[in-house]
Amino acid sequence: MKFGVLISEGPYTHEAADTAYNFVKSAIAKGHEVPRVFFYHDGVNVSTRLSVPPQDERNIQKQWTALAAEHGVDLVVCIAAAQRRGILDENEASRQGKDANNIAEGFRISGLGQLIEMGIQTDRLVTFGD
Amino acid sequence: MATLHTVNKSPFMTQTLLSCINHAKDGDAILMIEDGVYGGMAGTGLSDAVAAKAASLNICVLTEDLEARGLDAGRLVEGVSAVGYDGFVDLVAETDRTQAWL
Repeated sequence: MKFGVLISEGPYTHEAADTAYNFVKSAIAKGHEVPRVFFYHDGVNVSTRLSVPPQDERNIQKQWTALAAEHGVDLVVCIAAAQRRGILDENEASRQGKDANNIAEGFRISGLGQLIEMGIQTDRLVTFGD
Repeated sequence: MATLHTVNKSPFMTQTLLSCINHAKDGDAILMIEDGVYGGMAGTGLSDAVAAKAASLNICVLTEDLEARGLDAGRLVEGVSAVGYDGFVDLVAETDRTQAWL
């Protein structure tokens, strides 16, 4: 079965990004497909590669980047939510006249159309938030 | 057409568990996750409300989140069961849709 996942809470706030990560790992281990995870609202903050949590603590961004690399999960960040929170890729940084970008490997910035498409193309949509 | 409802906040902070219990239809499933797991414990002010629905709804709590809070799966409301992430995935697959009570 195909599962779509929506995350709308920031990392290190409560547990949405952690619960979602554990859910996706379990779903894949059980033979389900998770083609895409959509990061919306404060959830876009997961995608910055500039976060530096203590070394003995989980790094939520790196967990997702590794999961995407291993299982081909498409990590999509909402562009409107990202721009408000200073999450930029190379393209957007140049378009907005900014001197740097911060999006982590495995994530890409796109629009809400990708959320709708995920809802249509998967069998279930599971939301994790605040 | 059964729905899986997820509740992730303590019922002593928000009304989401009570709203969820009152909206859920017979045959639906409720999974308490994160701080929501406090709603599954026996001996609280909400235990009776949960117990009253335990026969018509499939009410579960996430084992990992119980353990993270030092809560004992042996002290759940009667009729409430503890499931792991495997069980979470199964509940999503077995029901027709998932509704997160945020």
